[in-house]
Amino acid sequence: MKIDREKLHSPFVEQVERVSGEVFANCYQCGNCTGGCPVSFAMDYGPSQIIRLLQLGQEQLVATANSMWLCVGCLQCYSRCPKGVSAASILEALRQMTLRKGEDHEDVGGLPFPFLKDAPQQAIISGFRKFVS
Amino acid sequence: MMMKIPYYPGCTLNTVAKGFDVSARESALVLGFELKELDQWNCCGASFPLTPDNVMGLAAPAKVLANASSEGDVVATLCSVCYNVLKRTNKVMRDDRDRRREVISGFIEEEYEGGLDVVHFLEVLRDKVGFDRVRGAVKRPLKGIKAGAYYGCMLLRPFDDVGIDNAEAPVIFEDLLRALGCEPVEFPNKIECCGAHLAMGGEDIVTRLSSNVMASAAGSGAEIIVTSCPLCQYNLVKSRERMMEEGGDLRIPVLYFTQILGLALGQDEDILELGSGLHDIRPLLEERGI
Ligand code: SF4
Ligand code: SF4
Repeated sequence: MKIDREKLHSPFVEQVERVSGEVFANCYQCGNCTGGCPVSFAMDYGPSQIIRLLQLGQEQLVATANSMWLCVGCLQCYSRCPKGVSAASILEALRQMTLRKGEDHEDVGGLPFPFLKDAPQQAIISGFRKFVS
Repeated sequence: MMMKIPYYPGCTLNTVAKGFDVSARESALVLGFELKELDQWNCCGASFPLTPDNVMGLAAPAKVLANASSEGDVVATLCSVCYNVLKRTNKVMRDDRDRRREVISGFIEEEYEGGLDVVHFLEVLRDKVGFDRVRGAVKRPLKGIKAGAYYGCMLLRPFDDVGIDNAEAPVIFEDLLRALGCEPVEFPNKIECCGAHLAMGGEDIVTRLSSNVMASAAGSGAEIIVTSCPLCQYNLVKSRERMMEEGGDLRIPVLYFTQILGLALGQDEDILELGSGLHDIRPLLEERGI
């Protein structure tokens, strides 16, 4: 991994901080968030690793990782963070920044009929909010 | 006159979770108050925007709150997600002047400063009715039924905004179950996520998380699981279906807490929508002579 001075404060990193309302330097990498995260097992990088990569200005790795799409917003990370950092807000910021470019994560037209028929409205609505621009 | 509490059902309770709604309304009447559905309401948006930058996500819940404020000074919910979204939005509208201005002038065009008290039906039972009075109204004690209280996420987190009970070791659910005659069972996954909106496209992960919850409850001796969230309910039930198709075996009915409440208060089983098959608690009740 190449770390360079310019990338540490790239527009991307600054935008994620601005949108999420979080300050990456507050995280001291204890790993509590990743330990409590129910989906970290399936993430390319767990929440603390995403924050570390952002601290090191690694836009490419962060933007292409599946982590933002797997975060369920359960807030265990925030709830157990000794520094009051919300990894959930950071992952949501990454999602929002992608969706705002019009890059949807779910194809609405392709959703299976049984899901649309049986699922609680809240599943469909929150799914749209998280996955569709 | 009977006390009336303004009530926000939300979309899901109006459609696929009618049993949750009906059992709560009927139970309230037995306990001496009415859950009075708001005259005007819309969807809460089903997820609280996790970034301060997303003001638009506050518009729908703020509209619900502004409408509700003309009907009283409190609003009660049943769905954990509605509760979480409305309560958190209310806090923003009360404490954050800048975002409040943006929501009002940019979207809802109605003054609202967070004056409402957003409460969950569990809180109404605990704080307004009192679990002792609930116990006194029980006609059909669910004696010895071992129940796992599944809180999930939205009822508890984040503690500083929601605060219904201790975020790591809550007891409100267990206290209610005890009042109904059940024997609450502690299980490790009671505050873990079911997979939430990954129901859309992330079935494998949902199956893993939800079956962990059920296995954790069953492994601790629970005979039923009790929830307050239609999405948890859906994810648990669907995950079981998928597991059974693959030869798994997990038999544990998943019910809304108000269905259990309704049963204990002696309501007609037909109105409670108790479900069928693995989902049905009636064979267990029969076996125990309840
Ligand atoms: S719990 Fe907080 S401080 Fe620890 S690694 Fe996660 S974000 Fe950083
Ligand atoms: S909110 Fe997201 S990152 Fe945080 S613990 Fe839950 S799934 Fe993991």
